[in-house]
Amino acid sequence: MRVGELLTAGFLALLSLYLMWKSTELPIGYIAGTGPGGGAWPFWLSAIMLISCICIAINWWRGTSPASQSEDPVLDRHGWKSLIFVGGGIIVFVALISIISMYGAIAVFLFYYIWFLGRHGLILSLAISLITPVALFFFFEGAMQITMPSGLPFTDPVFNFLYEIIY
Amino acid sequence: MNLTKRMLMSMAGAALMFAAPMQAVAQDWQPRKPIDFVIMAGAGGGADQIARFIQAVAEQEDLTTRPLVPNNKGGGSGAEALIHVSTASDPDHTILVTLNSFFTTPLRQQNLGIDIQTFTPVAMMGVDPFVLWVHKDSGITTFEEYVAKVQEMDGEFVMGGTGAGQEDSIVIAYMSGAYDLDIKYIPYDGGGAVAKDLAGQQIMATVNNPAEAKGFYEAGDFVPLLAFSDERMPAYPDVPTIKEMGHDFSYYNQRAIVGAPGMSEEAAAYYQDLFTQVYESEQWQGYLTSESLSPLWMDAAEQRDYWALQVENHQALLAALGE
Amino acid sequence: MDVLLLLADGMLLSLQPLNLVMILLGVTLGLFIGAMPGLGSVNGVAILLPVTFLVPPGSAIIFLAAIYYGAMYGGAVSSITLGIPGASTAVATTFDGRPLAQQGRASLALVTAALASFIGGTVANVLFTLFAPLLASVALSFGPPEVFALMLLAFATFVGLGGDDIPKTVFSICFGLVLGAVGFDQISGAPRLVLFDYNGFLQGIGFLVLAIGVYGIGEMLWTIDQTRGDVTATTPKMTIKGMASDTKEAAKRGWKGTMIGSFLGFFVGVLPAAGATPGSLMSYGVAKMVSRKPEEFGKGSPDGVAAPEAANNSASTGSMLPMLTLGIPGSPTTAILLGGMVIWGLVPGPRLFVDEQEFVWGLIGSFYISNVAALLINLAFIPVFIWMLRMPFTILAPMIFVLSIAGGYAATRDMFDIWLIVLFGLGAFFMRKFDYPLAPAVLAIVLGPIAEPTLRQSLLLSSGDPSIFFTRPVAGPITIIALVLIFLPAIKVVRRMRDERKPAS
Repeated sequence: MRVGELLTAGFLALLSLYLMWKSTELPIGYIAGTGPGGGAWPFWLSAIMLISCICIAINWWRGTSPASQSEDPVLDRHGWKSLIFVGGGIIVFVALISIISMYGAIAVFLFYYIWFLGRHGLILSLAISLITPVALFFFFEGAMQITMPSGLPFTDPVFNFLYEIIY
Repeated sequence: MNLTKRMLMSMAGAALMFAAPMQAVAQDWQPRKPIDFVIMAGAGGGADQIARFIQAVAEQEDLTTRPLVPNNKGGGSGAEALIHVSTASDPDHTILVTLNSFFTTPLRQQNLGIDIQTFTPVAMMGVDPFVLWVHKDSGITTFEEYVAKVQEMDGEFVMGGTGAGQEDSIVIAYMSGAYDLDIKYIPYDGGGAVAKDLAGQQIMATVNNPAEAKGFYEAGDFVPLLAFSDERMPAYPDVPTIKEMGHDFSYYNQRAIVGAPGMSEEAAAYYQDLFTQVYESEQWQGYLTSESLSPLWMDAAEQRDYWALQVENHQALLAALGE
Repeated sequence: MDVLLLLADGMLLSLQPLNLVMILLGVTLGLFIGAMPGLGSVNGVAILLPVTFLVPPGSAIIFLAAIYYGAMYGGAVSSITLGIPGASTAVATTFDGRPLAQQGRASLALVTAALASFIGGTVANVLFTLFAPLLASVALSFGPPEVFALMLLAFATFVGLGGDDIPKTVFSICFGLVLGAVGFDQISGAPRLVLFDYNGFLQGIGFLVLAIGVYGIGEMLWTIDQTRGDVTATTPKMTIKGMASDTKEAAKRGWKGTMIGSFLGFFVGVLPAAGATPGSLMSYGVAKMVSRKPEEFGKGSPDGVAAPEAANNSASTGSMLPMLTLGIPGSPTTAILLGGMVIWGLVPGPRLFVDEQEFVWGLIGSFYISNVAALLINLAFIPVFIWMLRMPFTILAPMIFVLSIAGGYAATRDMFDIWLIVLFGLGAFFMRKFDYPLAPAVLAIVLGPIAEPTLRQSLLLSSGDPSIFFTRPVAGPITIIALVLIFLPAIKVVRRMRDERKPAS
């Protein structure tokens, strides 16, 4: 945790510096007669962010924050495993949306999580991961008229059939 | 600076003749899924109201087999909408309701890489004129008094609008140049906010579409001083135009529908037919009259020419603004 | 008395069989739309507009009002049960609603939210009926300097909301404000902070993108990590008796927050630029300030649920006022309604209130009835929401992820924003691990885009002279109160630090 605290602060300080640099594309000063320029607001706020990061680093050095005293690892073995399996699962889920459509990706993700991570029964897992996207389809497309991504063209026949039902 | 509306008006008759054969083509293609009806402005503005009105007419008359789904993408003066439409995965089901930021945004932000000529012309539903308004308590009743007042206040006269490079700022910039006015211009995030602050007298004057100021005008709060149309507007017969004042200038906000780049010909024909029906509907014609829009019907080829002309005009106007 | 007659007419109209069915349908539908992360009353009202051609105009208005109220109640449901604010107005509800749910007291939180919403809505309706034209002129007197002063006040009330680590809280506030500045500079019209020159950032970063990322992904990942993926769900039991005692407790421990929220929320909501989000925040802050047990806030105080819930309902009703009296939308939902009025052939603007009394009072009348219906239906559905919480965590968690991603897409319709949600979620997970409070960032991204333009508009008005915030009759007092509130805690902190240092040296 102790190392992580400093690394996080360092990373956020870099982010603040980047934001400050990016803000300078517009005037950051006080323009006489018109008030602050377009970059002033984000620039000075990013500057405060940077100062906060420095304060966090000082607190780290003084050891006042709980994280800077803790010698526990940021994530233990189980922590890393769950982050990779769950976080990675979400990333794959979102990536799949553009390929097999929102609803297809939902079905795959639910099945993966409930069956593989959650270790529930096969029938229950299948039932939930198939019923949920269908229900969501009728809710979003039918009731709310919000079109979700339908993925690559090969999903078209399925969607054309479903649209035939709801319209 | 004349946007040659009349010339285009005369061509409008020809356009209607094209509409008939189109109908035959249109039968071949039908939308298979909901149509992404992208709006180049946030919810509640003039463009949004028009889009929703069109959607309502299509729904009411049962003109489409799949619904038009309004999708507000107003961010970045319409840049958001232009990017969304030009990168649409399914151009046959993506159409865009435009205003003049269709011309100005790609000009002002070359890095977007948007070439509007790649878009597919669908329909020109009408053009929205601009009018100069003041609050009734200001005591100003004519444009001459307005000019005198602005000059007297010497840089302290406050006007509000929707921002640098936006339609109203172009008009104000032209007017300031023509009459040597020094105006303090406050940018707002939408026409509604501008109208509200004129009603509350936070600002002293605005240039706005009649649709956005109409409620306050009818209540007697706003006084129209000058119209930026080619001819006097039927709803405001006593309001002179800037042309009468001897300046060859008129400015309109376009209310047009365009298709995504890469739309198939069949789909384009379908939408052209669809919006011809909307355009000819009683409701739309009534809307044109009640909201003081001018009709400006054009076929696809004319629309492309109109775009080229507008890009040229706006280039000159923006250059004059110092953009 | 004319007004009361028209109002009674509106109410009676709502009670006709067809319209009553409309109300029940609308409220139920609205409840689920509002409970879905990402969707809110704006979606409900938008889809409904075209439908309103199929029914008589009177029924159409009633249906719209019902959906509107249903969605407002529903917003609290996802805040409490899932911990994801369904809309920016419901962020403050998560502060205490979520802890209550985690303590197995979700039913208390939900009952409190329902009752507070009902009272907030009713107070707003009554104020509306009595003072509409007067309030309209108050709304008009708020120009940019006044709105900025109000935003300062909103900031002042949530300075105390952060954690104990001051630099981290400050970082979080500023981070949210800077994220809110991404996209376009409204004043110069120039692109700003287009991060890594990626065009997707031109549209700015929406509140929902950050909120769903932080709460729907980040907070969930953190919970999974913290509990080793095995949440021993405190199985909340649901009985009639239990609900009755919850009602009693809600009344006892939430009345103060409800009162603050009802009135404060309404007055903030009436101002077109501000809206329900600052209203709910300020109410939460004020409720905490005046509370005798401020330390309970953030850990499951019924007052902390009641204040923002009463406020957002009250403010949403209040935001109808500028629309009906001036024709100016106070929120995206009212903007859509305004468009609807044009379609129905009504002219929005100051004349509407005078010329179309039947429409206006019919609408307000149906607000009263919808509010009652929403309360009853919401209470009836509470067992269903509680049942959802009893699902095994390994089923509930993926459901929450799915709803976050799908709801996020529904709100923004942009895959770029979905990737941002994932990115914010992962970032939030690590920041959460190191005790960075994230609620201030989520709130700042809402307030920043109101505060910055009004600040700069004011300075344009005054030719760069900041005294404009002190010399205007309305802005002046608000600014001064806000500054005092902001600097009081700062002075306290400095004193405390000095005291701490003394014994050390």
